[in-house]
Amino acid sequence: MLFKKTKSLEDRFNKFLNITSEAGIILFEGIKCYLENNEAEFEHFLDKLRKLEGDADSLRKEITTELYAKTLIPESRGDIFDLLETLDDVINQAKQTLIEFSIEIPVIPKVYNEDFIKLAEYAGNAVNQVVKATRKFINDPTDVEHNINKVYYWEKEADRQSEQLKRKVFKDTSIETLSMKFHMRYFALHIDMIADKAEDVADKLSIYAIKRSI
Amino acid sequence: MILFFLSSGLFLGWSLGGNDAANVFGTAVGTKMVKFRTAALIASIFLILGAVISGAGASHTLGKLGAVNAIGGAFMVAFAAAFTVFMMTRLQLPVSTSQAIVGAIIGWNLFSHTQTDYNSLVKIVSTWVMSPILAAVFSALLYLLLKLILKKWKLSIFRLDSYTRIALIVVGAFGAYSLGANNIANVMGVFVPVSPFNDISIGNFFTVTGIQQLFFLGAIAISVGVFTYSYKVMKTVGAGVVKLTPQSALVVVLAESLVLFLFASSSVHDFLVSHNLPAFPLVPVSSSQLVIGAIIGIGLVQGGRNINFKILGRIASGWVTTPIIAALIAFIALFFLQNTFNIEVYKQKPAQQKVTLINRDSIKVKEKSENKKDEDMGNHNKKKVIANKIELKNHTS
Repeated sequence: MLFKKTKSLEDRFNKFLNITSEAGIILFEGIKCYLENNEAEFEHFLDKLRKLEGDADSLRKEITTELYAKTLIPESRGDIFDLLETLDDVINQAKQTLIEFSIEIPVIPKVYNEDFIKLAEYAGNAVNQVVKATRKFINDPTDVEHNINKVYYWEKEADRQSEQLKRKVFKDTSIETLSMKFHMRYFALHIDMIADKAEDVADKLSIYAIKRSI
Repeated sequence: MILFFLSSGLFLGWSLGGNDAANVFGTAVGTKMVKFRTAALIASIFLILGAVISGAGASHTLGKLGAVNAIGGAFMVAFAAAFTVFMMTRLQLPVSTSQAIVGAIIGWNLFSHTQTDYNSLVKIVSTWVMSPILAAVFSALLYLLLKLILKKWKLSIFRLDSYTRIALIVVGAFGAYSLGANNIANVMGVFVPVSPFNDISIGNFFTVTGIQQLFFLGAIAISVGVFTYSYKVMKTVGAGVVKLTPQSALVVVLAESLVLFLFASSSVHDFLVSHNLPAFPLVPVSSSQLVIGAIIGIGLVQGGRNINFKILGRIASGWVTTPIIAALIAFIALFFLQNTFNIEVYKQKPAQQKVTLINRDSIKVKEKSENKKDEDMGNHNKKKVIANKIELKNHTS
């Protein structure tokens, strides 16, 4: 009975992590489609991300209710609850970024495609690594540091890429209006924020790992 | 009337259940790993089983220290111990029921002019010192073992939670059994020589001895203490002076339970003796001090250098102050009970009867010798009379 509950909880948590990981991939693919003017594919990815975000929300609520209603893992359920919330923020940020692209339709000169794709790739890598780190934390908290460091690495890479991109934009004399420069900076910031959210999860994981070493 | 005399022991049992059950299930309940109702039910069942099945060993040692042979005396000894525990708890001084009862028995020995068995006393006091150290060693070893197992098994946070929950219940049950076996002597030990219960045979297969019935009654009082008073204490323990993870808490309870069991189990004792190994004396020990010892053990393994010597000093001071205070209270209370209410608090003890027998024998020997003397004297006198008669005859002739 108790093991059945545990198995079901494990399955739901894994499902939630799969969704987070998928959100990172969809973000990258969606931005790529947008930059390549593949509107239909872009909207397809956006819809997919919307649905995933809804599923993640339901799963998060289910897991939290299960943890509190059946007083499971009382020692760490607060941490798990926080972890789910922060991971959900990553998914929300990814969805929000694609929605902003869809609404504001920023004009991005082709010469910046490579820079934006790189930025999206680094942010996606940070998300992917944070999912791996969370999985590792759940299964073996003593050995999570290596995975956390990888998240920090990709977050820094995303920061660096975002800064380079912004400098390039504001130095670019071919972009005539300041509003366009601001708009591009705004989207670079949005994508970079996904990596920042992943870093927030990594920060929490490193504290929980210390707490969980018996 | 008998129940009235047993009431002090039952009160002692109630307070033991209220306080010491928290040493077994406190962390589990306090951290919400186990529900209070489940913990209280399991604790009660296993406390009773431990007391009835394995409680005789430790109470035998207490009996050797001083066999309180009048029910009025037993009542007052248990009352003095209970009052000492109550008073010292109110004054926030470290106290243990085991130490209080030993002090109270010594108080009775002094009052009834009974020689205290110093061998038993030394055995008991050395056990008090040894038991927290043993708990520290056990917990350190168990902690390292558990760490190794967890590293190898790589359990998920959810699975580890389930296993820990089950382990806390199993170890808690073992702990309750050991607590009942070891500490029932504190509650009912003094009533053993004056037990009002007779053996009951169920068919020809099963006999419940009078002592088992006495221990059962004491264990019921402990269980009532668990249900009525331990929740608060468990909550306090769970919130924790020292914050432990459920896994560390498991190690602490297991180490404590093992030490309690070793100092209570006649089977382990007999096994070790039969294999010519040094056996653990069967002595009631303080479960609270075992918990502190076990926590220090984990702290040492974790490389902590900040052992609070103040706490250790307080424990050590309890080894001396508690028995002295309990002995003093017992002595005064026995005097009061005997002289104000004219209740018999001690009878002629077997040891004294032996002395009397020896005296009687010596008196008999003396009587014999005096008779012999008289006889001799008589013979001597007879001889003297005959001699005088002969002398007189000679004179007359």
